[in-house]
Amino acid sequence: MTLSRRDVLVSGAGLLIAFHVPRKGRAAQMDKKPSVDPNAFVRVAPDESVTVLLAHSEMGQGIWTTLAMLIAEELDCDWSKIRVEHAPAAPAYAHTAYGLQMTGGSTTTWSEFDRYRIVGAMARAMLLRAAAERWKVRPRSLRTESGFVVHRTEQLSYGQLAEAAQRLSPPASVELKPKKDWKLIGKPMRRLDTPEKITGKAQFGIDVQVPAMRTALVARSPVFGGKVKSFDASKARAVPGVEQVVQMPSGIAVVATNFWSAKLGRDALQIDWDPGAGAELDTGKLLASYRELAKAPGTLAAAKGDADAALVGAARRLEAEYDVPYLAHATMEPLNCTVRLEGGRCEIWTGTQFHGVDQMAAAQVAGVPPQNVIIHTPFLGGGFGRRATLDSHFVAEGVHVAKAAGVPVKVVWTREDDIRGGHYRPMYVHRIEAGVDEKGLPQAWRHTVVGQSILTGTLFEKFAVKDGVDAQSVEGAADSPYLDAVAARKITLHSPRNQVPPQWWRSVGNSHTAFAVESMIDELAWAARRDPLEFRGALLADKPRHLRALEAAATSAGWGTAPPEGRARGLAVHDSFGSIVAEVAEVSVDARKRIRVHKVSCAVDCGQVVNPLGIEAQVQGAVVFGLSAALLGAVTLKEGRVEQSNFHDYRVLRMPEVPDVTVQILESDAKMGGIGEPATAPIAPAVANAVYALTRQRLRSLPLRLT
Amino acid sequence: MKLELNGQTREVDAPDEMPLLWALRDLCGVTGVKYGCGMAQCGACTVHLDGKAVRSCVLPVASAAGKKITTIEGLSPDGSHPVQVAWAETDVVQCGYCQSGQIMSAAALLAEKPDPSDEEIDRAMAGNICRCGTYQRVRDAIRRASSMRRARR
Repeated sequence: MTLSRRDVLVSGAGLLIAFHVPRKGRAAQMDKKPSVDPNAFVRVAPDESVTVLLAHSEMGQGIWTTLAMLIAEELDCDWSKIRVEHAPAAPAYAHTAYGLQMTGGSTTTWSEFDRYRIVGAMARAMLLRAAAERWKVRPRSLRTESGFVVHRTEQLSYGQLAEAAQRLSPPASVELKPKKDWKLIGKPMRRLDTPEKITGKAQFGIDVQVPAMRTALVARSPVFGGKVKSFDASKARAVPGVEQVVQMPSGIAVVATNFWSAKLGRDALQIDWDPGAGAELDTGKLLASYRELAKAPGTLAAAKGDADAALVGAARRLEAEYDVPYLAHATMEPLNCTVRLEGGRCEIWTGTQFHGVDQMAAAQVAGVPPQNVIIHTPFLGGGFGRRATLDSHFVAEGVHVAKAAGVPVKVVWTREDDIRGGHYRPMYVHRIEAGVDEKGLPQAWRHTVVGQSILTGTLFEKFAVKDGVDAQSVEGAADSPYLDAVAARKITLHSPRNQVPPQWWRSVGNSHTAFAVESMIDELAWAARRDPLEFRGALLADKPRHLRALEAAATSAGWGTAPPEGRARGLAVHDSFGSIVAEVAEVSVDARKRIRVHKVSCAVDCGQVVNPLGIEAQVQGAVVFGLSAALLGAVTLKEGRVEQSNFHDYRVLRMPEVPDVTVQILESDAKMGGIGEPATAPIAPAVANAVYALTRQRLRSLPLRLT
Repeated sequence: MKLELNGQTREVDAPDEMPLLWALRDLCGVTGVKYGCGMAQCGACTVHLDGKAVRSCVLPVASAAGKKITTIEGLSPDGSHPVQVAWAETDVVQCGYCQSGQIMSAAALLAEKPDPSDEEIDRAMAGNICRCGTYQRVRDAIRRASSMRRARR
């Protein structure tokens, strides 16, 4: 593998390597010429430490370990000497596929699989050459062993060679290890961030302390899109510890010496809001209007054959409508952003998934060039998409407050601010009509999708919205693997707009399309009086990866054997982010008609496996995340106001409600897929399908509730 | 007022009704204890008060005065408490934000019940939310810590 361009950085600390891979479709990155200085991916230091710089944010998904494994695999260093840091915001760290520094879409591992291995291989090659010069031998006569270069009976440590290696020019090309020689990739590796995270030392954005820093809470409009008409801050200013009350675009900020004073101050604000048109919003009415829209086709997203005619001519026709509510991410660490404006620089400490966009937004508000916006990234206390905001709202707001207050400020969101703050997984309605043949197999499929577009009106619109269709609104529906077996199909989309800001939420469009498609497939199976597993097998006959995942999950769940008394099983398989996940849920219903999920058997094919221990954690976590939404999650609005506020009324799964989740990893030679999100989507339909098997009640609304 | 925090006496200038959480975080600079909800719903703020797990986000600082306050920073000097060791061996953490609270709840449980049943684990941990969904490994780690303590006796 050869690099087209590279920069080697020299510093007193040892060997640093940075390079840039060529990329297509480069989106808006702030700076055309990469600034050189901090752009390093690995640093080998005289003290033997090997520091890996992450171009992406660690938010729980385990890349702190996975990306280090990629470098260590090629560098052949001592794993115990690895240190990891988040990289700054800089063009060198642009996403290799998207051209913009960001973390999301379950892309980190596959998008860095080559870059991080190449970095490791380059560093190793330079250390080898440094040793060869020292010993006056040919590099080929040397080998490396866990942080040492070895020549016959002599050895030099990487730390001893670091300074000499930094004076060398990098190799024009490097050979990567063949798979058979891998020592780390594919092995279960424990996380490198554990020591900090079990001792309270790990620093999250909310923990950041900057000299002279103040804490601010912002009173934002209780209605989306509302504006401040007037306000009286006299009582707020009287609260001990409150120093300033400032108005800025998103509302009124109370700036205090500590959180508690800021909160009491904010509670004491009297604000007269102009709610605007958002005050009309009512999710009950919205759902009714979406259902009305779903009766007529929308903008064409995908089609083959004449679905309308095929439906008319079908032996039997089934139709069903599914709906899902707005959902908050409810990351455990509420949003926060610390900003210091000083000497023409804007320094930011925040847990973000969106460095590239946030840097530009902050530059605009601060009135400084983007390269003068320095983003420090502590650990993210959960992301799930909430910290990749297309409008950079929480970062821009932080800069606004710091600018208005004239002091370094940490803006902290309360849990109530978080639950009521919008940027939700949008509400969706799906209407599916299927025409089936005498065996019950679908020959015609008409699927109408209704819901807000996340990308329309953003800087990503031109990449992802084509002919009026936001691909993310129909992902998993327009390209469902089941449809290849359906002769005539038509998928259309309505994208109504309203004041609620929509947002990526773990698994994005798949979070609703999988529920609709996998529920409908199950309905067809039952209508045909066929076993749901066998029926899916018939539709996916030419999809070996899907079949293998389905069969693996089903076998592990004991599909085909009688479940324990009072329980039933349901299954689903979904293909998203390049990975295929099948899940079987085993459920019961208690006397109060509450659904209890006891076991979930998962089988995942994500192509090449890097860290199986991390994959298991991501799949288990994604199932719990998806199950919270399937059983409990809903944000509702009445008269424009969000009705939920905290974990007592926006419930999420707690330990007694959590099933045993088993994970089978099906290694394959397929292109590497993602793992953070794909297991989220199948759980809702798997549970709904199990509930049907148990009760013969088909639940078509999330969260699932038996009547 | 004076706080007995992790074996040291700390003088803090706080209004009586300020929640202990904010006195610890903003006035003492002890940030391992986390804010998650402010209403004792999520457990991220769990600390020990005279050895018992409490939610510091709803506990007025004045009521903690004179009692032994232990945060995650004070659980062990070097991460060697059996619960922390079990956590590391089980590879529990993901984002890590709730983990201080989870560990403090688990440590309090095991101090009281060295060999808890699955139901007792569920009950003791029901007040600690994890959005990453580490629950299963949390459960496994508690069982592991419990058996480590048994082996040590």
